[in-house]
Amino acid sequence: MKKILVLTGSAIAIAAGAAIAQDKELTIVSWGGAYSQSQIKAYHEPYTEKTGVQILNEDKSANALAGIRSQVEAGNVTWDVVDMLQADAQRACDEGLVLEIDHDEWLAPAPDGTPASEDFIEGTLGPCFIPQILYATMFAYNTEAFEGEGPQTIEDVWDLEKFPGTRALQQIPQKNLEWALIADGVDADQVYEVLATQEGQDRAFAKLDEIKDNVIWWTEGAQPPQMLADQEAVIATAYNGRIFNAQVNEDQPFEIMWDHQMFETDGWVVPVDTGNVDTIKDYLYFATDSQRLADQAKYISYGPARNSSASLVGNHAETGVDMKPHMPTSPENLETAIPFDVQFWADYGDALEERFNAWVAG
Amino acid sequence: MASRERAPKQELLAADGTPLKAALRRSQTVERRRAFMLVAPLLFFLLIVFVVPIIAMMWRSVYNPEIRNYLPQTAAALQDWEGQDVPPEPVFQAMAADMIVGVENRTIGRAAARINREIPGARSTVMRTARQVDEWSAPYREKFIEADEDWTNIEFWRILKRESRVVTPTYYLLAVDYEYSSEGEIVPRSEVYQVYKQLFWRTAWMSVFITALCVMLAYPISYMLATQPTRIANLLLILVLLPFWTSLLVRTSAWIVLLQQQGVINELLVALNIIDETGRLRMIYNRTGTIVAMTHILLPFMVLPLYSVMKTIPPSYLRAAKSLGAHPFRAWWRVYFPLTIPGLAAGCILVFILAIGYYITPALVGGDSGIFISNLIAQNMQGSSAQLKLAAALATILLVAVLFIYWLFNRLVGVDKLKFG
Repeated sequence: MKKILVLTGSAIAIAAGAAIAQDKELTIVSWGGAYSQSQIKAYHEPYTEKTGVQILNEDKSANALAGIRSQVEAGNVTWDVVDMLQADAQRACDEGLVLEIDHDEWLAPAPDGTPASEDFIEGTLGPCFIPQILYATMFAYNTEAFEGEGPQTIEDVWDLEKFPGTRALQQIPQKNLEWALIADGVDADQVYEVLATQEGQDRAFAKLDEIKDNVIWWTEGAQPPQMLADQEAVIATAYNGRIFNAQVNEDQPFEIMWDHQMFETDGWVVPVDTGNVDTIKDYLYFATDSQRLADQAKYISYGPARNSSASLVGNHAETGVDMKPHMPTSPENLETAIPFDVQFWADYGDALEERFNAWVAG
Repeated sequence: MASRERAPKQELLAADGTPLKAALRRSQTVERRRAFMLVAPLLFFLLIVFVVPIIAMMWRSVYNPEIRNYLPQTAAALQDWEGQDVPPEPVFQAMAADMIVGVENRTIGRAAARINREIPGARSTVMRTARQVDEWSAPYREKFIEADEDWTNIEFWRILKRESRVVTPTYYLLAVDYEYSSEGEIVPRSEVYQVYKQLFWRTAWMSVFITALCVMLAYPISYMLATQPTRIANLLLILVLLPFWTSLLVRTSAWIVLLQQQGVINELLVALNIIDETGRLRMIYNRTGTIVAMTHILLPFMVLPLYSVMKTIPPSYLRAAKSLGAHPFRAWWRVYFPLTIPGLAAGCILVFILAIGYYITPALVGGDSGIFISNLIAQNMQGSSAQLKLAAALATILLVAVLFIYWLFNRLVGVDKLKFG
């Protein structure tokens, strides 16, 4: 037994030694698929080339908040930088799970010298949160599934007679409940007010009931383009970058319906107790400057979160398509857009998620 | 009497003069210790990867430290409060002190998140107040209430008092669709939140159904395997074993290819004009999908024990029964079937217990009507509103249910009679 203990002890010592030898390494957690690819091309590869720091990718962002919670609780934090949604970042920040960030100290100023804290699009910076992109979730459809024109409005999505076929929705209450209320005739600027009441919630679920039998659910961003391509669904909610990717890189006959698109911010947080802060700061300074954010838009159609990046956005890296009209932030796409309410979902997320899960399984 | 007195003198001695019995015992102890050393690594391994995590999970399902740890003074001050009216000044004072510490240590959000689970929106109230509280001074009560009406909500304080205990059954109540009312009574949850009881029930009946299907399919297959000449039987056995050795993910995906609306079977039916383009059958992402795929995946667990038992039954028994005048069915039912029960029971318990905790296949092909309780356990471990404690409670209930079924089975059939092959 003693021998075993000695052996285990030395094994731990060796492992610890190995960890020290590899401190020029960052574990970065993101969403996977085309999105991670755009980060690898725009941020990770240039950074590794410049500094020699190796970057390990983990595709765990779908469970980022739960993951950081359990790592911090267990006192074993292995993630260095985590890509997460603004709403989750705010919760993680309130719970003391991620580092507070002095934006002007951590981040590069704009090329014209504007400090970072003033360069990011208004309302996107958080005390622990460095925004990267604005992305939209909206409906998209396969043009081959409909003779004549496809659906144009949220009401059309609910119109099973005019546009028969399966709908693919994300298996979360967020956005689905908002759209259900829009389809039920609620004004876009009152959606959250209505959804905060019991009657409003009942109304949204009742509206979702109307199409439930024609809905299949997706959980990963890569699924809806696949479902549309296989015509397993004819209309699907999706992230705009994924649909763009399918349209441009795979030549799929998809059309984005920008009506009442919902946009929100996605960005970086740094879990507490990673012990790697200097390397992390250096990486973030590099990866979030104006040029790098604009570079990412060469690979995927998400809007950079810095004002100073907008003019630097060019053409798609492989096909040369002009990226500007595909951005969720481009004016014609923003006409009826609803900004995703981070605060509302921080408050009502628990209860609505529980009700939603019960509703789906029941 | 005489012989008993002589006994000590006759005691056998070992070469070194010690009594032989003692010497034997000593050498056996050494042997036993050595044998134990051989299994010690396994026991140690099981302890670390099996026993400890299960105990940790069970502990987690009742552990409720947030209020006690992050609002300690408030929790103490509330103990004297009767729960009838808005709490007095000392409670607010304690809350203010806790908030100042909580903002400093950035832990106030953890307490706020805990309360928000019970009262949607309470998070914001706590966080907003916590951000300004360091600018205030006593008396605090009016200032809190002035800042936010919600501080007069008695339900909020009652929940705070109730959840200040470190061990709580709350998560077990949620796991069977009950909850505390604001008066502290245990009541069924509102219908729109009820799901777990239904899912436990669905998991149970679908597992029974899948087990029954496996019996119906596996019995004839095993009989054929057992009665064919060895050469043919081995070949057939390979057909059972090949899928058994194939990854279950591959087999599940194969069913998706076959059954989906644009899949092989639907295409074939449309091509043969049996159904038209709009009438494509939905055979997957629902209950049917789960039952079909799981029956296929679990079938070998039924075939193998049945086959190994049937192989040992001499065919002459059946012939003897028939030659004595029994109808073939009667011969089978009275002679052959009872002999196969040990294998049948082993297959049933194996398939049923595997099925009741199945996760991957229902997740992939179950849609929403075909998912199992394990999928809801996973759901509670993921997403931004993850409720690890509720997941732990659900998993503990499932574990206890499986142990109970095993115990019941042992009482009815007897585990020592089983033959797994």
